Amino acid sequence: MTLSLITEQLLNGVQLGVMLFLMSAGLTLVFGIMNFINLTHGSLYMIGAFAGAATQAATGSFLLAMLVAPLVAAAAGLALETTLLRRFYGRDHLDQVLVTFGSILALNEATRMIFGLTPLRMNLPPALSGHVDIAGIPYPTFRLAILITGLIVAGLLYLVIMRTRIGMWVRAGASNRPIASAMGVNVPLVFAALFGAGAALAGLAGVMAGPILSVQVGMGEPILILALVVTVIGGVGSIRGALVAALLVGVVDTLGRVLLTPALGSMAIFVMMAAILAFRPKGLFPAHG
Amino acid sequence: MKKLIASAFVLSLLSSAAIAADPVKIGFLSTFSGPGGQLGQELLDGFNLALEENGKTIGGRPVEIIQGDDQAKPDVGRQAADKMIERDKVQIMTGINFSNVMLAVAKPALDAGAFIVSSNAGPSQYAGAQCHPHFFAASFQNDTASEAMGLYLQNKGVKKMYLLAPNYPAGKDFLAGFKRFYKGQIVGEVYTTFGQLDYAAEIAQVRAANPDGVYFFYPGGMGINFVKQYNQAGLKKTIPLYGPSFSLDQTVLPAIGDAAVGAFASAFWAESFDNPASKKFVAAFEAKYKRIPSPNAADAYDTARLIDAAAKSIGGKIEDKAAFRKALETVKFDSVRGKFRFNTNHFPIQDFYLTEIVKDAKGRPVMAVREKIDSDHKDAYVDKCKMAN
Repeated sequence: MTLSLITEQLLNGVQLGVMLFLMSAGLTLVFGIMNFINLTHGSLYMIGAFAGAATQAATGSFLLAMLVAPLVAAAAGLALETTLLRRFYGRDHLDQVLVTFGSILALNEATRMIFGLTPLRMNLPPALSGHVDIAGIPYPTFRLAILITGLIVAGLLYLVIMRTRIGMWVRAGASNRPIASAMGVNVPLVFAALFGAGAALAGLAGVMAGPILSVQVGMGEPILILALVVTVIGGVGSIRGALVAALLVGVVDTLGRVLLTPALGSMAIFVMMAAILAFRPKGLFPAHG
Repeated sequence: MKKLIASAFVLSLLSSAAIAADPVKIGFLSTFSGPGGQLGQELLDGFNLALEENGKTIGGRPVEIIQGDDQAKPDVGRQAADKMIERDKVQIMTGINFSNVMLAVAKPALDAGAFIVSSNAGPSQYAGAQCHPHFFAASFQNDTASEAMGLYLQNKGVKKMYLLAPNYPAGKDFLAGFKRFYKGQIVGEVYTTFGQLDYAAEIAQVRAANPDGVYFFYPGGMGINFVKQYNQAGLKKTIPLYGPSFSLDQTVLPAIGDAAVGAFASAFWAESFDNPASKKFVAAFEAKYKRIPSPNAADAYDTARLIDAAAKSIGGKIEDKAAFRKALETVKFDSVRGKFRFNTNHFPIQDFYLTEIVKDAKGRPVMAVREKIDSDHKDAYVDKCKMAN
């Protein structure tokens, strides 16, 4: 492989990683802080993509779609949290898996009833549909835009979590829930806000995936599996861990597909997960001490 | 005595009238749920359209459709088929779209004495060594669309090709079919994980290998993702995309949009076909379902009309299995594909065309016929079939 090809593949890997980070950020916080396994996270991603595609179809504006999608996903997430999922925080993980898995089926079916089974289309705005030259490689502008957007969101999240009072509550909740609650943190409110914010990020990931991937029922499940891998590798509840793990998974998956045979390539990230867990059972950056 | 004979005569009239009025029972097993559910609906819509045009009859008899969902899983399909055969006593089974479901379902259905007239799946096993007197594929043998594209690129003298498909049995079959006729250099043959979302890495490898063309088989969502991303990478103009119609038909084209324009597909039928049966079908389908039909819908439409024509030729008495088999083998009907006949293995002999994806008058991407690739194309397995009498 030439140097420029390796560079291009690394760029592809980082871009996939950034996308995975947007998905995993919400997942890891909800899992880490509420000790809640939320499989509907993939459905929120799907809802974001459909909301974005419908907005673009109605108004023709990609920018508006980018704004509407996270809001719709957040609203859907909050509705789910307050009506159903909240009741399962105290239950064991099996109950949580069952109720969120059931929700996936219900949400998929509801989406099918509204939009039908034919996949929807999202078009790129002309400004983002070309490619830019990076060190002699014609790289799609939109992928670069995903990469930059993802890095900006990651930076903002880091600032919010590490430098603000809300972030402090979140971190406190992640490392010791009962004590944080005893110290006067309004835990239900933080939980709901966190769930909504995670849903918004999933919705953003969904709408950004729209022009690259097919917007169709069930699109959330494959990416959910990767996001779970990222969450486990990064350490449950850790934003920093999610970022590092997402980039790692993105790059290893991309290079694995290129350099290894298909069977090995698709296994690469799972082998990596097993290896990391063997030495660091709680992931790379565990939030719980 | 006279009275007795007369009443026996009346009774016999009654009973034969009862047979004629008995509905023909057809089991329509297909994928109706999950991401693949679109395909089952496409097939059923095509099949139902033909029945409606026919006053909901088959061979002059009323028809009863028993619908089943295989969820794209062989075991689920097998259970649904068992129910259709044992409880509903279906006489003909059709609709199956996935070959692995077909392989799980065909034997028990045939053993129970039912006919299978496939409107989609055409696995090599039943075209070859396992061919069966009561198994018919009104659609295609799985490899043939790929063979046609291989033949086209071979005849055109294209030197270097890059091949891509998902890593599952049909993916390998499609590329094998392509290589059966394409003898140029293959600079890359890549099998990706089934259901893979992002193809940036593979596309970068294609650019680096710089072939004269890419042949790909990605059904459903995979194809949508791949073609969109290939276009965004700016490769479509320099390295043309070639695929079987299944990767570029109306089940995916609306979602791909302009990104597909300029790609080439090999097809046994396209929405732009210029024969009266096809034009009538496309117009009726669009009027009823508000979308352009895919080749799958066209095959299902043909399947219903083929069954009807065969049944009609024997006065609707499909219970006479030897006669019905004979009628199917020699069936004459107005296929939307122009011409159609069964080979000795009960798989079609049909023409294949090169189509290019262009925008129609309303700006929708469609397959436009460019040239005929092969007349009377036969599948590669017919010689292995020793059809029982």
